[in-house]
Amino acid sequence: MEQILNDLVLSPAWYYTAARGLLVIVVLMSIAAYSVLLERKASAWIQGRVGPNRTSHPVIAWIPFLGTFLMKGGFIQPAADGLKFLFKEDALPGHVRKITYILAPCVALAPALIALVMLPFGELPNGKIITLCPGADVGVLFMFAISSLGVYGIALAGWSANSKYPFLGAVRGSAQLISYELAMGLSVLTVFLATATPQENNALSLVSMVKAQTGIWNVFVHPIAALIFLICIFAEANRHPFDMPESETDLVGGFHTEYGAFKFGLFFVAEYSHMVIGSSLFILMFLGGWHILPWVPTIGTGVVASLLGLAAFFIKLAAFLFFFVWVRWTVPRFRYDQVMRIGWRVLLPIAVANLIVYFLWYAFKG
Amino acid sequence: MAIKVVQRRPLSLAERTYLPQILAGLKVTWDNLRRPPVTLQYPDERPTIPQGYRGVPTLVRDPHGREKCVSCQLCEFVCPPKAIRITPGEISETAENTHVEKAPKEFEINMLRCIYCGLCQEVCPEEAIWLQNQYSMTGRTREEMVNNKAKLYELGGTLPDSHYKWDKKKAEAEKQKHAHH
Ligand code: SF4
Ligand code: SF4
Repeated sequence: MEQILNDLVLSPAWYYTAARGLLVIVVLMSIAAYSVLLERKASAWIQGRVGPNRTSHPVIAWIPFLGTFLMKGGFIQPAADGLKFLFKEDALPGHVRKITYILAPCVALAPALIALVMLPFGELPNGKIITLCPGADVGVLFMFAISSLGVYGIALAGWSANSKYPFLGAVRGSAQLISYELAMGLSVLTVFLATATPQENNALSLVSMVKAQTGIWNVFVHPIAALIFLICIFAEANRHPFDMPESETDLVGGFHTEYGAFKFGLFFVAEYSHMVIGSSLFILMFLGGWHILPWVPTIGTGVVASLLGLAAFFIKLAAFLFFFVWVRWTVPRFRYDQVMRIGWRVLLPIAVANLIVYFLWYAFKG
Repeated sequence: MAIKVVQRRPLSLAERTYLPQILAGLKVTWDNLRRPPVTLQYPDERPTIPQGYRGVPTLVRDPHGREKCVSCQLCEFVCPPKAIRITPGEISETAENTHVEKAPKEFEINMLRCIYCGLCQEVCPEEAIWLQNQYSMTGRTREEMVNNKAKLYELGGTLPDSHYKWDKKKAEAEKQKHAHH
């Protein structure tokens, strides 16, 4: 017992891991918060508006130039939103199934945070990978397994709220997830078929996937798989044009109407975290991860190279998040039957055909 | 009449993938994104009010400073939501405008009822009530939202007058009086 206690509490490695975990969670949370800001700003620009530009704090407003810039850019807005969620009355309606109702937001957020463990962000000069769980060779499998659990949050929310629209939304969300998971898995399989070699024992790790893209990025080799994967991550993250569980027009916002205060905040962060994770997966698998440009192996050496790589990853992430937002304010929502038809009758056959073609190609190429 | 047959063309393969349309849509939103915003930063920037705007109804004076309303109460009767309440009054014998005979003792427009229809302005035989360019009315209580006579004149100010109807009447009356003598 004492031994375990010593190992857990007193060993520096534990603190180190905890600190790293905290750091990544804080980074993810702020990325999620700022993608909400990005969403609000970009939608405003697209619609010819200005977007949030009033929120500030006397101390920040006092700083010359920077204070004004922060206020005009709405950079304080996420903090204000978060505080608002925190201090609102946390109502617990009488007609809900209490345990699942409270559990649902946590269940929605937890998978996003867990999936994060496997994300590699960059490479240190000594060849080590910047990630929370180094050396996990099932990277991508784990990510898929865990991040799909996010829909349980929506399903539980829809079920426990005891109201028909959220429930319909939950059923739709689950059906959509199942439909798009298949095509997604198959498109990823195509890529792994190309990059992984049977001799390697970390064939499914994201790191070796990124390393395989040192020269040419996968998006150029597997454009169809990339397109299918792209569509599927939109569906997985429940983003427009596939936001079936929410769809304001026919489900009046779905489970969003049943939650308030911090529980709603958790759902909100979960949705954006799923976006972040989906975009990271796409970047790692198709856009060369932390490689700066296609056909350019590395720029700089040592620390400079690692920092540039890290920056490249986050710039790509920001661009991708912007793409999510851009698509949302462009494409109207698909009808539910269209979503199902696209999933089963279009994406799945194409993904299978794509897999078979690449399979035969590699088989005959030897 | 010649019959024109409209071709009901099935969607092409490219159209059925949705992709060209989505790309075209992304182009449209991108172009919009690069345009400057069309909105005003409201309390800091105010809109320019066009001529003939129907804002808050007000009472006006003529350039000589005479109050134009003669409390005929046409506006009170025409007002669809019954926002206007007038207490008619007499102009005293000693006043300069005694020939106008009547002026409102109290004039109230309840801005919680007013629908800014402009019928009062249209019906007024004296051109005394005008919907001018004030577009925002706020108050903390219901009482504050009722504009009384003083407030209405303060909001209305003076508007140019092309007739000077009562001055002409007075002049005519004087002339008649002189002619009889
Ligand atoms: S404002 Fe015009 S219509 Fe109304 S009472 Fe006065 S004169 Fe008559
Ligand atoms: S604008 Fe219309 S509603 Fe308002 S006071 Fe005049 S007549 Fe009544």
